[in-house]
Amino acid sequence: MIGFGSQAALIARRDILRERRSGEVLWVTLPFGAIALLLVPLAVGTDAPMLRQIGPGIFWVVVMLFGVFISIRQTSSETDAQRDQLALSGLDPAAVYFGRALASFLFLLGFQLVLGFVTVVLYDISLEGWLILPLTFVIVAAGLSLLGTLAAGIVATGQNAAALVPLLVAPLSIPLLIGATQALEALQLGRSSLTWVLMMIVTVIVLAIAGVLSAQPLQETR
Amino acid sequence: MIENPPVARLDGVSVRAGNVQILRDIDLTIDPGDALGVFGANGAGKTTILRVLATLQPTATGSVEVLGADATADERFTVRPRIGYIGHVPALYPELTLAENLGFFARSRGLDESVAASALADVGLAGAADRRADRCSHGMQRRAEFARILVSSPVFLLLDEPHSALDADAVDLVDAIVHRTVDQGGAAVLVSHDRARVRSLATRTVEIEGGILR
Repeated sequence: MIGFGSQAALIARRDILRERRSGEVLWVTLPFGAIALLLVPLAVGTDAPMLRQIGPGIFWVVVMLFGVFISIRQTSSETDAQRDQLALSGLDPAAVYFGRALASFLFLLGFQLVLGFVTVVLYDISLEGWLILPLTFVIVAAGLSLLGTLAAGIVATGQNAAALVPLLVAPLSIPLLIGATQALEALQLGRSSLTWVLMMIVTVIVLAIAGVLSAQPLQETR
Repeated sequence: MIENPPVARLDGVSVRAGNVQILRDIDLTIDPGDALGVFGANGAGKTTILRVLATLQPTATGSVEVLGADATADERFTVRPRIGYIGHVPALYPELTLAENLGFFARSRGLDESVAASALADVGLAGAADRRADRCSHGMQRRAEFARILVSSPVFLLLDEPHSALDADAVDLVDAIVHRTVDQGGAAVLVSHDRARVRSLATRTVEIEGGILR
């Protein structure tokens, strides 16, 4: 039997390979995210100071909505037959959870980087003093990937479970959305963003614990 | 003389899905060396009984013991890698090549990927190893599923319609895998509509009708 880390790496490698071949994030979700960012200036007008002010908020809303979607799609694309084989493989369900989340994390990080560039260009945002941005990207990607993977696990249990997903995703993604927007705003206003960063880190830890605890019951529920 | 413990034992097993009773009060013992053929009409409960034996299907009543483990307890996780289950739908990842699919399976069991390459060659798919699974015919996908069995050498084989979509060579290969498992003291359960083929392979057969074993 291979170790926990190797099991997670094996699952992540599988998901990255699958995405590389299907190109779902790259060719479907990413363009839609960019279009969403483009539509807002068209809808509210080209008032440059206003766009500069709302740009970061719009960016995070788009990242949250499409980010959870990426993560759910990524991990709920398995068939029942594939899930059966995974359950019989002897892999630790918690390692499978972390492996799936790791692959989603990498996709989301890339997604944020591309959309971040689009936001800076479209909304004319200055990056001066935004050293905390990379850290925020990493925390948000970690949180959304863990949340999306957990939600996908619930979707995979079938029946009417998918209807519960918005009820789970919405409240748990709000601390990430608020934390990300407020951390950047605090920096812009010259305040400390530590509280917001800590709030996001706590959210990520809670999601990781919830994912580990629910991994086995979700695998066994069909 | 010490008797070998059964490979699997079902005692009073019932399975429900909502209000539908899929299996009713099933008693079944599968001993080492058994190759059990299970026949029945569509919806009779054949696939469900395989899933129960694979420890994948929760039961409403009764007890299930597989390879010495209580299938309702956590100990089922330790015996699962010794079970070879092939459902009627291929479990390959369509975007991955056959070699990548088998390599993933081998590595999940702590085996080297070269074992996967060798298994693909054994089922006659060496030339298609780098072809994506979704670009292979159904028969080739079925062969690749049997390559998975060669990789893990399970002691308990559970095969759902094992001969469907296979050519004559592949059918012989499946029979050889079943014979080898049974001869080595393992057991096999074959669910099928192909009664003649399975009767020639099985050591005994049972009929399932409306969730009841006859």
